[in-house]
Amino acid sequence: MIYNVELKNRAGIFDAIGSGVKKDILDLGINSIKEASFIQVYLIEAGCHPEDIRKISEELLVDKITQEFSLNSPVALKSNDPNQHIVEVAYNPGVMDPVEESTLKGIRDLGIKGVTKVKTAKKYIFKGKLTSGQIKTISEKLLYNKLIQHIVKPGELHLCVRGDIGYVFKLISVKLINASDKELERISKDGQLFLNIQEMRCIREYFKQLKRNPTDCELETIAQTWSEHCWHKTFRGIIEYTEEITDQKPRVIVINNLLKSTIMRATKELNKPWCVSVFKDNAGVIEFDDRNNICFKVETHNHPSALEPFGGANTGVGGVIRDCLGTGLGAKPILNTDVFCFASPDYPFKKVPAGCLHPKRVMKGVVSGVRDYGNKMGIPTVNGAILFHERFVGNPLVYCGTVGIIPKDKSFKQANKGDFIVLLGGKTGRDGIHGATFSSGELTHESEVVSSGAVQIGNPIQEKKVLDVILQARDQNLYSAITDCGAGGLSSAVGEMAQELGVRVYLERVPIKYNGLSYTETWISESQERMVVSVPKDNIAKFLDIFNRENVEATIIGELTDTKRLKLYYQDNLVCDLDMSFLHEGIPQVEKKAIYIQSKQKEPDFPCPKDLTAFLLKLLSDYDICSKEWVIRQYDHEVQGGSVIKPLSGIANDGPSDAAVVRPIQGSKRGVVVSNGINFRYGFIDPYWMAASCIDEALRQIISVGGSLKEVALLDNFCWGNPDKPDRLGCMVRAAKGCYDFAKAFQTPFISGKDSLNNEYTIGKESIAIPGTLLISAIGIIENIEKTVSMYAKKPGDLVYIVGNTYQELGGSHYYNLFDHLGNECPKVFADKAKLIFDSLSCSVDSGLISAMHDCSEGGLGVACSEMAFSGDLGMDIFLSEVPYENPSSTIHNPPSKRNDFILFSQSNSRFIVEIRKKDQKAFEKMISKVPFGLIGCISRDKDLKVRGLDGKICLKAKINELKNAWQKPMRW
Amino acid sequence: MDKPRVCVLRTAGTNCDQETAFAFEKAGALAELVHINRLILRQSNLDNYHILALSGGFTYGDDIAAGKILANELRHRLVELVRRFIQRGKLIIGICNGFQVLVKSGLLPGNLDLDQEASLTINDSAKFEDRWVYLKSPGHKATKSQTKCVWTKGLPQVIYLPVAHGEGKFITMDNSVLERLKKNDQVVFKYSDQKGALSDYPDNPNGSQENIAGICDDTGRILGLMPHPERHIDVSQHPRRHNENKQNTEGDGLLIFRNGVEYAKKNL
Repeated sequence: MIYNVELKNRAGIFDAIGSGVKKDILDLGINSIKEASFIQVYLIEAGCHPEDIRKISEELLVDKITQEFSLNSPVALKSNDPNQHIVEVAYNPGVMDPVEESTLKGIRDLGIKGVTKVKTAKKYIFKGKLTSGQIKTISEKLLYNKLIQHIVKPGELHLCVRGDIGYVFKLISVKLINASDKELERISKDGQLFLNIQEMRCIREYFKQLKRNPTDCELETIAQTWSEHCWHKTFRGIIEYTEEITDQKPRVIVINNLLKSTIMRATKELNKPWCVSVFKDNAGVIEFDDRNNICFKVETHNHPSALEPFGGANTGVGGVIRDCLGTGLGAKPILNTDVFCFASPDYPFKKVPAGCLHPKRVMKGVVSGVRDYGNKMGIPTVNGAILFHERFVGNPLVYCGTVGIIPKDKSFKQANKGDFIVLLGGKTGRDGIHGATFSSGELTHESEVVSSGAVQIGNPIQEKKVLDVILQARDQNLYSAITDCGAGGLSSAVGEMAQELGVRVYLERVPIKYNGLSYTETWISESQERMVVSVPKDNIAKFLDIFNRENVEATIIGELTDTKRLKLYYQDNLVCDLDMSFLHEGIPQVEKKAIYIQSKQKEPDFPCPKDLTAFLLKLLSDYDICSKEWVIRQYDHEVQGGSVIKPLSGIANDGPSDAAVVRPIQGSKRGVVVSNGINFRYGFIDPYWMAASCIDEALRQIISVGGSLKEVALLDNFCWGNPDKPDRLGCMVRAAKGCYDFAKAFQTPFISGKDSLNNEYTIGKESIAIPGTLLISAIGIIENIEKTVSMYAKKPGDLVYIVGNTYQELGGSHYYNLFDHLGNECPKVFADKAKLIFDSLSCSVDSGLISAMHDCSEGGLGVACSEMAFSGDLGMDIFLSEVPYENPSSTIHNPPSKRNDFILFSQSNSRFIVEIRKKDQKAFEKMISKVPFGLIGCISRDKDLKVRGLDGKICLKAKINELKNAWQKPMRW
Repeated sequence: MDKPRVCVLRTAGTNCDQETAFAFEKAGALAELVHINRLILRQSNLDNYHILALSGGFTYGDDIAAGKILANELRHRLVELVRRFIQRGKLIIGICNGFQVLVKSGLLPGNLDLDQEASLTINDSAKFEDRWVYLKSPGHKATKSQTKCVWTKGLPQVIYLPVAHGEGKFITMDNSVLERLKKNDQVVFKYSDQKGALSDYPDNPNGSQENIAGICDDTGRILGLMPHPERHIDVSQHPRRHNENKQNTEGDGLLIFRNGVEYAKKNL
């Protein structure tokens, strides 16, 4: 029998969820809503006594202080009341309801037996004159996502699970060896394999030699392994690259493996002794202290987040945490960083393409997903960035990064013949099937129908349990290798682990969530929270025991061999038998054409405004620049107790910090510093300088908090459009070249990276590509966290310096953007000078000379000074005449046009605003004597920001509270 | 006693266990992380410990309601052990999720039947929020010996700790429970401004009744609070340590742990 239990707040208890929904409805412009209230629904399938259900409701489900419950008398509409509406949202059959497992546990603790299933639903009651159209809008825009949820129809009971029926084994083979090219293409498309014709032909040849057709499982395994997502075939392919730079002869070069010839090449040539493991493992590893190393990985989860923002971001965080857990013999995660790109929250509803969610909803969902997973895992989310551009409307970008700490002697893995393959953690269901291949294709408005299997919801507590036990097993040396089940599921995890050896897997042993999974589904499912380890036979009893003790499922599913073959069985039937070398090396290298033609943009021509106050206020309110406090506060950035430079700092703890510093070992003074650089706007002008600027930005943030370049490593994440389109690929090649040049120049090697291509959204014939976006993440070691520096103004009378040259290069700047201009000169990086600046500032920090430091980036000097001032609740007087300024393209005929607005808002790289105590003036100026600097003003007691222009007259004056308000207002949600 | 022994309870979703153990060790105790299954299966003996710490986290995902499932587990699987622990005059501290567990299991404010008399429910903002808060200790004016709660003796009038929770709004069943708490000096911490004056959001981050952030039981030995003292045990954790020219390198939260440890040393 199925029982319905509904919980609602008692009279007089504030309904926070209901009132939040009401606010969101008003935000939609539906003003007739009078009241919204929330009811939590539990459906319990049980064969026990009804009194037991009452007991469950009373003792477990209801909070009797704040709620009351009703048993089997669901709230229903009073007949024909046009001013009352009920919407009930439930998960679709087959979608995991994370609450079920823990509720069943609670019921067992009560000593009640006979309960077989629990599902939850959410019920909303609306009062007010609302049309059925408005109810539909509210439901679709706010309450549910049809990929995972549905609106419950009256009387519907939804406890059944899709496909929860018996599965009868039937070996499926795919008629491939005699297939024509046309049929090959069809097989690839219909099977969502995303394999191109060369690859399909290559597979056909392989099986022709074997004189048999592949099984579906074999074909799926190859498609997963060879997917862009897993193999990065564009980066590893052959690219014929044509480059046409203004005033230069066009040149054509052939690049064999872009990754090896740019990103990895820099690392190889720099050959830093503190790089422990690069581009090999699930994350890059560098040295931390005498006993530990640090690993860092940043992943993207763009496609899933486009379809289901909460679930997509949620599993994105879960996945990158598992990457750390799967590095070496397992690292303990110590911090998360998350960077997002969306279309503007103000994007007109009418313009949102069919099949897409509104960007504000995407953003809220993504933030919730990150919050949920990171907080529940107990990992502080300390760093990030959020940027906006309308071309992210179909493809938001969601970068998730995790840093882990790992003992030195646990930093490498070595699986051996005879080891058991053990699957840990969550059960396997149909979740995420075709995730790896799906993310390798473009989204279309049909994606939400075709690929809904790729959408998942995470269960962070499951992963936390796995983490807790794995670290115990690691410290007892019980296993030889570990890797995570990410994209491609077991196929990818086991395939990778056994690559050099060979493996036998018995698929019927894999614990499944519900009956009905075929052997292929079991093999390629991307169900979350699973890890694969290889355990020497002698350790297996002890190993299984410690997992059992903490209720974490661990199952032997096979063993490693030395046959170099991937052999899968289902109930004694051989369902896959592939040569490891074909699987991992058989993919034909793709050949692609790329072209980069340097565009000549117009430099805008407008007079310098006399009063710049209004422009500064506008910049502070720009979504890219404004306060992200609404987001940051939802993340736990203090858990683990190691957060030193927190994401928010200042007198009221609400100013924008530069990099984050975390102390992973309590009691030690050593810290890890993490930052990021991202600015796709410069890529509109020149992706090479975009890459240079991203690296400079990430590094100068590290310098800003008191770090140094002594031991800093970089990660690259390329999010791009369709690489089969030569213009898209050309820009990517150009950016990769920038990565090489500047990693080399700054002596900061890349240790890991990832690309996410095909971020295009097709509607009919129109293809919207995202702006080619490079995220550079940087990680460094700080020897003494007590010497770190924060960004807010400290004391009236202190001196304010700018360090680094300001150039007339406002292309891609937010100031030009205010006038809808792009411009042609984007910021350059003069690496030798920059390095000198960075080093001299690091020395100044070391000598204790610096009271506050903030990097100049979006919005330039004007925004940086404002942020320092209002975060410190102090004023600042600035003299633009003292700012060292150059025009890179100035000649005798074309003299530099020194203008107040350009000086104030130029976004030149390698610049810092520094606050120095008066008594330290000499010492500091000596320390920075080799680099350009200007003493541009001082901190003042009156709470104004006053800027004097080149003529000595005030060109900007504002109360710091006014500035702060402009900066906080846009995202005060 | 040389070093009191602390049992830091772990289960699925506990996540502040390690820093809580570290704080206790810094305060002079010997802390062990103990999985709840070990207590249930009697593989570990709660009687061997002097202090039981329920740390922060999201036990069992905070499914149903924050702390509810662990509270239920304590009530039905460990109730005799915990009762005995309390009867022997030992100490319990519940931080954040641990406070939610203590309240929802009826251990706080505490009556003989373990009836739930208060709750910690969804923040008024309907969001999880991480922020630093000032806490006023209403019993502060009392001299050391008069303060009921053993964990808060000798605290400065206002202390500074971070909160990080989505369900921290304290609410009592009715006015009589609230009055009893006040009369019995069981209200230990109130959210306040920097000077100790009671104020609204964001100083009171969740809309708690009368700004209540932490309470103790009638004996003063069981303390529950939403803020995280283990996240401010040394000054480098302070968000504005650059402004604080304090000689003292200890954070405000350490005093709470030290009080517990010192009490155990003297009395247990």
